[in-house]
Amino acid sequence: MTALTGLGIDATQGGKPARPTASKAGRMAPVLHELRQHPNLAVGGTLLIVVTAIAIVGHIAPPHNPLAINPNDMTLAPSAAHWFGTDEYGRDVLSRVVYGLGIDLLIGAIVAGLALMIGSAFGLVTGYIGGWFDDIVMRVVDIVMSFPSFLLALTICVVLGNNARNVVIAVTIAYVPYMLRLTRSSVLTARSADYVLGARAVGASRGRVMALHVLPNAVGPTLVQATLMVGWAIFDVSGLSFLGVGIQPPSPELGVQVADGASYITSGQWWDSVFPGIAIVLTVLAVNFLGDYADEKLRGQRA
Amino acid sequence: MRRYLVRRLGLAVVTLAGIVVIVFCVTHVLPGNPALVAAGGHANAQTLKALEQQMGLNEPLWTQFRSYVGNLLHGSLGTSYSTGYPVAEDLLTRLPATVELAVAATTIATLVGVPLGILAGLREGRLPDWIGRVGAILGASIPLYWLGLVIIVLFYATWHIAPAPSGEANAFAATPPAYTHSLILDSLISGYWSTLVDALSHLVLPALTLGLVETAPILKVTRSTTLEVASSDYVRTARAYALSNWQILRNDILRNVATRLLTTLGIVFAFLLGGSILVERIYDWPGIGLYAWNAVTSTDFAAIQGYILTVGVVYVTLNLIVDILYAVVDPRIRLGGGAAAARRQRRPLWSGRRVVELPSTVGTRR
Repeated sequence: MTALTGLGIDATQGGKPARPTASKAGRMAPVLHELRQHPNLAVGGTLLIVVTAIAIVGHIAPPHNPLAINPNDMTLAPSAAHWFGTDEYGRDVLSRVVYGLGIDLLIGAIVAGLALMIGSAFGLVTGYIGGWFDDIVMRVVDIVMSFPSFLLALTICVVLGNNARNVVIAVTIAYVPYMLRLTRSSVLTARSADYVLGARAVGASRGRVMALHVLPNAVGPTLVQATLMVGWAIFDVSGLSFLGVGIQPPSPELGVQVADGASYITSGQWWDSVFPGIAIVLTVLAVNFLGDYADEKLRGQRA
Repeated sequence: MRRYLVRRLGLAVVTLAGIVVIVFCVTHVLPGNPALVAAGGHANAQTLKALEQQMGLNEPLWTQFRSYVGNLLHGSLGTSYSTGYPVAEDLLTRLPATVELAVAATTIATLVGVPLGILAGLREGRLPDWIGRVGAILGASIPLYWLGLVIIVLFYATWHIAPAPSGEANAFAATPPAYTHSLILDSLISGYWSTLVDALSHLVLPALTLGLVETAPILKVTRSTTLEVASSDYVRTARAYALSNWQILRNDILRNVATRLLTTLGIVFAFLLGGSILVERIYDWPGIGLYAWNAVTSTDFAAIQGYILTVGVVYVTLNLIVDILYAVVDPRIRLGGGAAAARRQRRPLWSGRRVVELPSTVGTRR
């Protein structure tokens, strides 16, 4: 499938030149073509850029102070002054949402990054060394993975104590087995390849073969998984905060906000919970669209 | 078949033992202090020491582990601080409510996900396919707890067509004698018809919430299976023999979807157990999830431990059942390499051999 995209398919599309010229528009042509071929990339990429931009701007300059309590403006419905309304303390919901978006994105990226580093390092070593070490590690991984990751993270976080650092640790611990297993399976494929045999034949050390030959060829699926994990992490961290585990009020973290508003929705004040939730949906949607695209590419390569 | 069964049962036992060890490690070895958490941040040193003594935290780790396992073998999960009852009893009386919810949600998800998935797979690249794919991605992007709240806002607070999110039944509903601790079954057995209707109407919103989110993985699996089968040689042969579309759907597609769904069931069910804590919290649903949430907010360690252990055990048991059913359905596992065929489909079974797994697990989660 990827091979096909290079074979002048563009020539059949709307009379566009198949070979890009040296102009600026010409250099963009392959990118535009890829975007047109894969709407999931276009939608996901656009969404992610927009969400990130909003998070950055919202973090630097939120319309109102996200923590400022204002007794005169309690639980106001959305209006021109407060686009998303105000919560039960009179805080501006829009400001809290754009500010909280940054918190969730950052935590999601940190968790995914940590899980990627730890999981792929262990997966590389255990997959390459193999033997009884591999057997033991994989057995432990299997057992850890028989707990739903959300509940594992919940338990760890309760034991460690409720704060932002511990929620990151807890969710990372819950995700590492997924990364480890995935990296290991790619490493097992890469390990028996001819180029690894070649590297070993010319006397490369074990560490060198692992780092320079096996890892680069095994890292693809792991990176895709890491992207998706940003979405999982946002889900799980905000879900934990929603339950009162992890990040605590008055932080404008999105799950905390949804929980804050939850007690008021049965009496009709929906904006307090609904808007932060929409922010979560859009962010995770962006990540999932990109993951869908990457998965498509990966499958295409393998087929 | 017998060899496979024996090995699979052995695996389940090993996993269960591992689960006990992990639960113990998480609650005893991690650098937290349960006594400090239970006593609250402002406890003085004396109270703390007394509590540590009482919880046995001063004993050597090995002694603690031995007494923990000893209690487990006697069916004891300790006593809950907050309810004052044995945790095992608490969990057993609440589990049926969670199972009710899980069964209803799975039914909804299957009824929605399978037809949509088949339609999407048969019309690849056309409108139903796009709806199916976008729907699956969207379903995987909506937080369960938020969806629950939105559903309450719409169906209860705005349209007033569903009962309040206040547990299994109206507070004034007559309570039937507790034979099974499942309100629906109990009122059915004792003929409490108005309670039954009330319980069913309270079940709709939480089941819908869990079911809609659960639809995404089912739709995805159904779609990819349908795609695979529709382009297979045997379907081409069937078409060459002029079998009708209906026959192909029934004999080839539905059968393959059914076996593949069986394997997805393990993942989906674990997801339900993990998600039930969120949904039960929102709808005040008196299952083990709500129990766990109460335990978390009152830092009731015995209850939390018991809960996570129960979830692990339920999950392992369910996987065991699914694997055995799969072996019954699929002769390749029963007769052939057994584990090797299973490994291609799902998580590897335990064996000394190492088999290369294709990295096909991207995007699936438990």
